[in-house]
Amino acid sequence: MHIVETQYYTFAGPPQELKLKSGVSLGPITLAYETYGTLNKDKSNAIMVFHSLTGDAHAAFYHKGEEKPGWWDTMIGPGKGFDTDKYFVICVNVLGGCRGSTGPASINPKTGKPFGLSFPFVTIDDMVAAQKHLVDHLGIKKFLCVAGGSMGGLQALIWATRYPDYVESVIAIATNTRHTAQQIALHEVARQAIMGDPDWQGGDYYGKSIPARGLALARMIGHITYMSDKSMDEKFGRKLIAKERLGYDFSHDFEVENYLKYRSGNFVQRFDANSYLYISKSLDYFDLSSDGKLTDVFAKAGAHFLVISFTSDWLYPSYQSKEMVRALKANDLDVSDIEINSSYGHDAFLVEVEGQTKLISHFLARMQKGAAHV
Amino acid sequence: MSEADKSIRFDHQIIIKWVEKGARVLDLGCGDGVLLELLIKNRGCHGTGVEIDEKAIYRCMEKGLTVSHIDIDTGLADYSNKRFDYVILNESLQEVLQPRTVILEALRVGKKVIVGIPNFCHVRARLQIFFQGRVPVTKKLPYEWYDTPNLRFLSLKDFRYFCKNNGINILDEVGISGSKRVGFRLNLFAHTGLYLLEK
Repeated sequence: MHIVETQYYTFAGPPQELKLKSGVSLGPITLAYETYGTLNKDKSNAIMVFHSLTGDAHAAFYHKGEEKPGWWDTMIGPGKGFDTDKYFVICVNVLGGCRGSTGPASINPKTGKPFGLSFPFVTIDDMVAAQKHLVDHLGIKKFLCVAGGSMGGLQALIWATRYPDYVESVIAIATNTRHTAQQIALHEVARQAIMGDPDWQGGDYYGKSIPARGLALARMIGHITYMSDKSMDEKFGRKLIAKERLGYDFSHDFEVENYLKYRSGNFVQRFDANSYLYISKSLDYFDLSSDGKLTDVFAKAGAHFLVISFTSDWLYPSYQSKEMVRALKANDLDVSDIEINSSYGHDAFLVEVEGQTKLISHFLARMQKGAAHV
Repeated sequence: MSEADKSIRFDHQIIIKWVEKGARVLDLGCGDGVLLELLIKNRGCHGTGVEIDEKAIYRCMEKGLTVSHIDIDTGLADYSNKRFDYVILNESLQEVLQPRTVILEALRVGKKVIVGIPNFCHVRARLQIFFQGRVPVTKKLPYEWYDTPNLRFLSLKDFRYFCKNNGINILDEVGISGSKRVGFRLNLFAHTGLYLLEK
């Protein structure tokens, strides 16, 4: 069993604060990160993976004494898709997060109290800008690959377009180039659930009772959007919970109800409601083409791309990945893409391990050989 | 020809000869990527494949190829003009919905286009129609009418007419029967026609 410890890097202490996209400056900033595998001498085998909305820096291996490995342990490790015998893999908790990196639950050094809603707005760009400080600190000049699914994919795309010299290749999974109205709407419902909870108290709930009901509801909505009609039907169907017949009351009858309650209950223990607000909003602000045409945005990119999407993903539908692929091709970039047939919905990017392991390991092997055919 | 070359499919041998060293190649309907891999290894080409079958995509990736999981009918619009030196449509044209559009698009994105088509007017097929009064099922055209992936049924002659009517120059034409080149009466004796085109 591989043990890993989360590490921390603090930077942007005054007066060198990080200027955020909103114009506000923030500092000092701490980023929590983990690494797996060994960085080679010429630092050419580094891969950065990015987590999604509710993920964290603990992508793989085990924390001492814990029974569950990191969130992408199926893909990162010796002999796995991101083979840690060959590559040095880094994962950073995003700025605005609540799992070791500076976020709304952190103590504001100016007041000595948690930021709460006085925490400045962060964008995906800002998250990447913060990561860049850590990367410079680690002395990595070029990543063999930057990779991520969902929100992780957005970060990879920002790296590829904002710091093209740092990126040899990109693996973008179940992601897109701009958040759509449906995605924004779903996030807004989740945010309203949190902010509508009286315990939210304008975001100033630290040390008091947390908005557990609101956050749990937000998570339930999230879970529904990560699955598909088919995967839910296969997993739960209309199965009842330990009852022979319907209760004819508002207690839980169905397994799916229990599942949502159980999963959201766990989530509330580990995630900060304000972080959910900030990060979901940063996703909604994401539009790679906000400054012009998407094809022009990728003109700056020079990386090789692997774009993966899933047939039943309705949160990040594959047509959005295909739009991205079109823009990449229009720039004569080397792009491989696949739409994997899966019934797991958006969750497929975490669940469909076998196919992705093949795709990713072969793609990375080609990148390492430097044999770009296009 | 070396021993290794003899194991290469005859149509692939012709295509490898046609394609210049170091050329940029787009293989439409690349399947498992066998031809692309040969072009990369033997001719130092830079290749991209397009394939609709998901399983084939994994096998292409295993070979270290760049491959796009799209439909040929819609997938060409993304590429810029003359992006490739060669666009290959080997045994895939008869399966597309809009062959005319696809060939013209291929000629837009590629300087030259290589097309390989099965000849539906091979002598065996003609005999079956004439004597049996049935739509032909032969070794090279193994499908029944109800399960064929082929949407288009054409002969080499039909293809030549098509090129002429669309202002496409045929730079070279090879008729293949089994693993041999057909020397005469191609439209009667060739199972497959290979064309090198330019517009």
